[in-house]
Amino acid sequence: MTQVNINVHQLTRVEGHGNIVLNARDGKIDELRWEVTESPRLFEVMLRGRYYVDAPHIASRICGICSISHTTASIQATEAAFGIQPSEQTLLLRKLLYNAEILESHILHILFLAAPDFLGVGSVFPLVETHKDVVLMALRLKKLAYNLAELLAGRKTHPISCMVGGFAKLPELGELKAIEARLEQALADLEATVELFKTLSIPDFTRETEYIALKDPKEYAFISGQIASTDAGIAPLDKYLEVTNEFCVPHSTAKYTKNKRDSYMVGALARFNNNHGQLLPRAKSAAKELGLSAPCHNPFMITVAQLVECVHAVEDSISLIDQILTRGLKEENNEVRVRVGRGIGAVEAPRGILFHDYTYDNNGILTSANCVIPTNQNHNNIQKDMEGLVPLILSRPEDEIRQTLEMLVRAYDPCISCSAHLLSLSFK
Amino acid sequence: MKPKIAFFDFTGCEGCQLDALNLTGEELLDLLNAVDIVNFREVMTERDDDYDIAFVEGSITRESEIARLQKIRDQAKVVVALGACACIGGINCLKNHVPMEEALRTVYGKDAKYYDTIPARPANAVVTVDYYVRGCPPTPTELLKVVKALLLNKAPDIPGYPVCVECKMAGNVCVFERGMTCLGPVTRAGCNAICVTSGRFCWGCRGLIDDPNTDSEKDILQKYGLTVDQVIDKFKIYNTYAEVAK
Repeated sequence: MTQVNINVHQLTRVEGHGNIVLNARDGKIDELRWEVTESPRLFEVMLRGRYYVDAPHIASRICGICSISHTTASIQATEAAFGIQPSEQTLLLRKLLYNAEILESHILHILFLAAPDFLGVGSVFPLVETHKDVVLMALRLKKLAYNLAELLAGRKTHPISCMVGGFAKLPELGELKAIEARLEQALADLEATVELFKTLSIPDFTRETEYIALKDPKEYAFISGQIASTDAGIAPLDKYLEVTNEFCVPHSTAKYTKNKRDSYMVGALARFNNNHGQLLPRAKSAAKELGLSAPCHNPFMITVAQLVECVHAVEDSISLIDQILTRGLKEENNEVRVRVGRGIGAVEAPRGILFHDYTYDNNGILTSANCVIPTNQNHNNIQKDMEGLVPLILSRPEDEIRQTLEMLVRAYDPCISCSAHLLSLSFK
Repeated sequence: MKPKIAFFDFTGCEGCQLDALNLTGEELLDLLNAVDIVNFREVMTERDDDYDIAFVEGSITRESEIARLQKIRDQAKVVVALGACACIGGINCLKNHVPMEEALRTVYGKDAKYYDTIPARPANAVVTVDYYVRGCPPTPTELLKVVKALLLNKAPDIPGYPVCVECKMAGNVCVFERGMTCLGPVTRAGCNAICVTSGRFCWGCRGLIDDPNTDSEKDILQKYGLTVDQVIDKFKIYNTYAEVAK
């Protein structure tokens, strides 16, 4: 009789708290669960009753890694509720700021959290000895992303200057020019990362699912567009509840979602599968080098898709800075007129599509808030992937099964603090 | 022997820990020369429960977290509260204004029974805290400053004066002059008034100064035609716990 008993309590190298449980006997699975144990945060309760000026500030604190995503979604929900159309200048700056988050968050995942698995160590720290150049490169790329965000919003974690209506402070053109030069250099670092990833062996496992991401006819969408599904086509933002269908499960403080199938995937691979044709040229060739082609149904390739997006984010940032340098920056009137209403903001957080849905009274006070978090939308798909993967690897040694399952969950780059949260039922 | 450092997260966004990784290569190598990081779930698989210095991040919001923090206190020679949630309770305490049952029902509906949560509180409401790294998020500079101080067994040099002092030095136009409410006059400095310098106002994330001059704050409010309620409303965002405790 062979038994497999795996209980990974508080999986490491992910953001937040989750467990993997697998019990099997003689090739038969008794129990297999991805459990989310993060403390409930109750952000919807925290947001209710707050003035609109403070909403993005509080929403930012849902997550330390994707604070720019939450801030941007919050700003966009509020602007939609108040009927504000941000200026072209504001949109250019927002996109540039957003790229900083995509780059920083992806690099953190690719090189600090995921790479140790491929290089056979438990964390980035031993790599300081064995792969010093990789660690220094990772720190350099992260620092660049931080400095870009700092220049635009005062800091990367919990940005300050970006607000409802525009930016409270504008960057100096000279500083933008200086950081553009560093972005050009970063392309070389990313090429080196692509070379490194070409040498790593990514587990081969495919399970087709539904892939959902924002889609914008004009560009590879991060902060604009409508909801695209590989199964169901395009839906407008105000139909998001019909796409996400959140539900509670007893073993998880995070909610789960499903749409057309038992589960769906969001994040870099879902974006790639929906929008790969809109990647910029260097990103396209990085995808080709890395053997990533659409449609890709291997969840372990999420990390590779993130690397492709890093290249895209840097290329796009250079182009955005060129546009800003050409047109110049001017102080704009950021005056906000509050009004009664509901607004939905949607962005592609590094880990996938994120919705903020706010209702305001006539004094600009939030009467209800609902946030649907990317990792929540992936929890169910992680579970289904585990159910598909385990029978294929059950005969392997227990340590190897555990390691493979950990890598699978880590590939999703789950951000569990975000996901254990909140939902106001007022719109159901 | 190098002191062993551990990082522990409770309820929060984990941004403080992540910012701890926002060091230059040189700073990280220097730090790893001075200490051994033995427990840091967010970035490493190995876990060692033999440590000297514990950094705790996040607010305490569950019964199980109280026991976990007490165990950490028993093990560690030094406990450092990292960030606003651990230092002063922070924004998690906003939920304390709503009865817990109602809060859970609002978020999880009929399934609220699955979830265990208690009013949020800072680390020092549960155990003795030796050092504080303040802010939401703390600056990497301040984190390094506190690490250096505790390695030398000294008190770190953290200002006891209000944000206004640094704000003046930064050459900012006073936020009140621009028609907004600001918590700078009663909030502990050390952030170089980053939010005002970035075009906004102070939200009070570093907590109250030791001896806030509330009379002077009231004078300022009167001068600019603002009410105490308007300031209290802003104050609640980070300092609900202090307000409730009073």
